[in-house]
Amino acid sequence: MSEIDLIDKVYRGFMKILVTVKRVVDYNVKVRVKADQSGVELANVKMSINPFCEIAVEEAIRLKEKGLATEVVVVSVGSKTCQETLRTALALGADRGIQVDTEDGLDSLAVAKLVAKVAKEEAADLIIMGKQAIDSDNNQTGQMVAALLDYPQATFASEIVIEDGAAQVTREIDGGLQVLSVALPAIVTTDLRLNEPRFASLPNIMKAKRKPIAVKTAEELGVNTQSNVETVSVASPSDRKAGIKVGSVAELVEKLKHEAKVVS
Amino acid sequence: MSLLIIAEHDNNELKPSTLNTIAAAQKISDDIHVLIAGSQCQSVVEQTVQVESVQKVLVADNGAYEHQLAENISKLVVDIADAYGHILSPATTTGKNLLPRVAALLDVAQLSDVVEVISPDTFVRPIYAGNALATVKTTDKVKVLTIRTTGFDAVSSQGGSAEVVILEQVIDSTQSQFISEQLAESDRPELTAASIIVSGGRGMGSGENFHLIESVADKLGAAVGASRAAVDAGFVPNDWQVGQTGKTVAPDLYIAVGISGAIQHLAGMKDSKVIVAINKDEEAPIFQIADYGLVADLFEAVPELEKSL
Repeated sequence: MSEIDLIDKVYRGFMKILVTVKRVVDYNVKVRVKADQSGVELANVKMSINPFCEIAVEEAIRLKEKGLATEVVVVSVGSKTCQETLRTALALGADRGIQVDTEDGLDSLAVAKLVAKVAKEEAADLIIMGKQAIDSDNNQTGQMVAALLDYPQATFASEIVIEDGAAQVTREIDGGLQVLSVALPAIVTTDLRLNEPRFASLPNIMKAKRKPIAVKTAEELGVNTQSNVETVSVASPSDRKAGIKVGSVAELVEKLKHEAKVVS
Repeated sequence: MSLLIIAEHDNNELKPSTLNTIAAAQKISDDIHVLIAGSQCQSVVEQTVQVESVQKVLVADNGAYEHQLAENISKLVVDIADAYGHILSPATTTGKNLLPRVAALLDVAQLSDVVEVISPDTFVRPIYAGNALATVKTTDKVKVLTIRTTGFDAVSSQGGSAEVVILEQVIDSTQSQFISEQLAESDRPELTAASIIVSGGRGMGSGENFHLIESVADKLGAAVGASRAAVDAGFVPNDWQVGQTGKTVAPDLYIAVGISGAIQHLAGMKDSKVIVAINKDEEAPIFQIADYGLVADLFEAVPELEKSL
């Protein structure tokens, strides 16, 4: 597609947005390491959509509601249970889902290769992803998808403005905020303050059950998902013990000066 | 084999996070090279050649690298990657933006937020907001890692005499353009480098009330931080946030004021040497990890604290 065509498409609100969603342990759950140190306990633990992915879905739906996009497609990589997460996204307002059927827990590069293939097949103009998943805490997949497609990237977004075939994105960086303009097609990853996701209404949850979810495999997409990284063990961090309660500010200052010796 | 570190800098100053990253690198290789990609960054080069343990400083000084856009720098790094067994950067927003892109172009994995080097191919990294520590081993030909700076004590900024090598490659992508930047200006120390931090949470009630915390911080020469709840509520800017998705800190003293202690916040500060919690709710989870807890109304306790310092 030429640049002129793309600008035209965006102007006319024909943009197609691909959003990725990951099923993770709910953010309120305090995870426990398994006794054999092979991982964390996932049996009978509440699972939810990764909060950053939920923000990504919300942003895509808002762009569609503003008339800037025609279709929001959500993709999730994992076993059949991730269809629940796709349904969550569909209930929020996404149009259709794609499950890439694999084992759970693939590494970021494998997921990025699968997402890149889907993005190409779908001819997505904008790919919105969470900046990190709260289970593996990697913060990699979006950047990797961008590299594999040779698309520009705007990570850690707190604002997205679409105009003239580009996304102007405000990014949360260590020292403050940075604004970049990335030509579409592009990858944007979401930070916490991009938006506050809506709650799905009951009618929309019912409607989502009838929305289509296509299933693809890694073989169909021509991707080798093997990893060279092996998890040797997973351990609990050494626990920090609660200290003492002090009765007054004077006692606190006294302790800091003479016991902990961190204040002079 | 040689090891490459991508320097964190602002074209004027080499950032301390690079020194922590070099400390991690010392546990992997004796031949440490540092890449400085920037524009008119000569002063950064002068600082870096003096840093302990650095053998070679590679300099790519060009307008195309001024804002260190990942599209450009990733290709520059890939261009020189053949010579290296490891590529490291600090796990800052710049490093996290860049290194996954480098890894994907090299068709290798990237390991994030490494807190311990067990051997040149085995590393420890936190997962689940630091509630578990994973030991991972990689057989990739190039090992690409971001280093959590609180895991390693900085090397000395003096004592080195590295050779300087100029890189001529210019990679200028038109896909991504820098528009503007709003950097917080403050006389206080940077959060990730401060030895004392005073942080406020939702209990502060408003942005104005943060002046209570700032007065204490200024008396102690401390940095000011905040919980996600305080940032989300709009009390203070995003770059103050300490936690799983904000900054990870490990100062000598961390004073948490009006912070309940959500898992996400603890992930960012529980490695602090001494933790003080001031909260009127005695059931607040922050007290479970605090060395000194004071159950009190912060609006009375904090001004009193300021006066008694």
